[in-house]
Amino acid sequence: MAYSAEKLSEEKVFKDPVHRYIHVRDRVIWDLIGTKEFQRLRRIKQLGTTYLTFHGAEHSRFNHSLGVYEIVRRISDDVFLGRPEWDEEDRILTLCAALLHDLGHGPFSHSFEKVFDLDHEHYTRAIILGDTEVHQVLTRVSADFPQKVADVIAKTSKNKLVVSLISSQIDADRMDYLQRDAYFTGVSYGHFDMERILRVMRPREDQVVIKQSGMHAVEDYIMSRYQMYWQVYFHPVTRSAEVILTKILHRAKDLHEQKYRFKYDPIHFYSLFNGEITLEDYIKLDEAIILYYFQMWQEEEDPILKDLCCRFMDRNLYKYVEFDPAKEYKKLTELSALFKKAGIDPEYYLVVDSSSDLPYDFYRPGEEEERLPIHLLLKNGDIRELSRESEIVDAISGKRRTDHKLYYPADFIADDSKKPNIKKQIRTLLEID
Amino acid sequence: MLKDHAKLMHAIAVSEEIVGRKKLQKMIYIAKNIAFPFQERFQFHFYGPYSEELTLRVEELCNMGFLNEVKEKKGGYYQYRYTLTETGKEFLDINSVEMPSLQDCLLDMNGQNARFLELVSTVLYFNDLPKEEVKEKVFTLKSKQRYTDEEVEQAYQYIGSLREKAGLH
Repeated sequence: MAYSAEKLSEEKVFKDPVHRYIHVRDRVIWDLIGTKEFQRLRRIKQLGTTYLTFHGAEHSRFNHSLGVYEIVRRISDDVFLGRPEWDEEDRILTLCAALLHDLGHGPFSHSFEKVFDLDHEHYTRAIILGDTEVHQVLTRVSADFPQKVADVIAKTSKNKLVVSLISSQIDADRMDYLQRDAYFTGVSYGHFDMERILRVMRPREDQVVIKQSGMHAVEDYIMSRYQMYWQVYFHPVTRSAEVILTKILHRAKDLHEQKYRFKYDPIHFYSLFNGEITLEDYIKLDEAIILYYFQMWQEEEDPILKDLCCRFMDRNLYKYVEFDPAKEYKKLTELSALFKKAGIDPEYYLVVDSSSDLPYDFYRPGEEEERLPIHLLLKNGDIRELSRESEIVDAISGKRRTDHKLYYPADFIADDSKKPNIKKQIRTLLEID
Repeated sequence: MLKDHAKLMHAIAVSEEIVGRKKLQKMIYIAKNIAFPFQERFQFHFYGPYSEELTLRVEELCNMGFLNEVKEKKGGYYQYRYTLTETGKEFLDINSVEMPSLQDCLLDMNGQNARFLELVSTVLYFNDLPKEEVKEKVFTLKSKQRYTDEEVEQAYQYIGSLREKAGLH
């Protein structure tokens, strides 16, 4: 029997708080879960620094990846099976791509990617195509199978239907993370009727479409996504932790460039500092290693690195004020000068952070905003873009919400034992006096 | 502070004017890919490499009053024209950006049409593959554009000339 069709003698199940059970019957899926590159995802939190705001948010990318796999498995085996538009040959490709779609995420990837100019999608491809256990498993399906899986995840596959299941405005990835992140953070947003959405999904040549009768469930999904972004993902306290984390990495990199002698040699960071990271180095990185250095760097002599690490580990985060860059950029320059006079390095202690989200968008011919819209399947067989049928979705379509905040260390600014007059001027400008 | 915004404004300032969102996306992607330190991340979309972050930043700069966006009707769709506003120029004077030879590259790209830049950016996106595979990707993923072998060759030559301009050869 071909490896791709090989089944386990008994179905394996993983207990899961969101989907109740994750069901695995295919040998290739079971083997992929057992690889060291997939197991590494257990040591990378799904929501990075969010646990410092919502203490339950300790779940990992491993949980989420299994969840995405399970949703796609249900679509394939329960909803699409036997439909003429669905090619059973694509089933195993879709399941593998769903399971592996986040494989290249590193620890605290948002900050890491920014500071070290990395791209987790590049590493997802590299792990799938490189000399890894995942690659060995995929190659057993066929020599070109790793490339096919990588193409689906990178959205460069010609199989648009499979791509849309993993990556579109209504995909298995979003459906899992919204519910999972809501569950682990404990918030009441993020819930929607996924069962209903799955039941009304239909395969078409270029993408998944939704039967018109499921429109209200989709509206609910879009609104819950909107709520989760502003109430959880862009929470200002989480962003404060992210700002400090980013600055720690910047400081460590700057010190390395200045030939600073670290008390605790950051051997795991050298290839990152030098921009020469290999796949092997990358796979070794996880949050345990990063937090080990943050713990040790609290004893460094460099006062900035030491202070930033203490802040992160003890959750002594920066405070923030609302900031309008258009009207206040000159104020930012003034503040920066005052921080310097006060002996507080603005490069590390005065940070503008922006968040932005576009809840739903449709395709406009000739333009570059290229989100694949959600299409409804009408009773007469016609296909119609969602916002043309739904007033709720139409009201938020194409409307981006952006928020800017200015972060600063309130304790430094409040400390009048040194340069009290300058500190007072800073407080006045920040309007916190 | 706002360094990434400043880099983008600098790019538009040295290009004088950029017409079309697609063109803007491709110019920044190509510039980033060949040499210049833009921070926006790109993924592959319908028209080739596309950055949601770039779209967002442009929108922010328009809202901030640093960029001027003129929407004009062209055939069956709208296109957008971007220039720096006076406030934007003022901001850039305070937050100057040093990217030598960027202007040469961007002015050259600005003289090309969006269709060709779409091809160039797609070739660069798959640049780690052998040329024959890149061609296959172009012909499969961009079948509607009907690019020819000759055009792909021109794209390779163009990438070489841009690298020279950027001082990489």
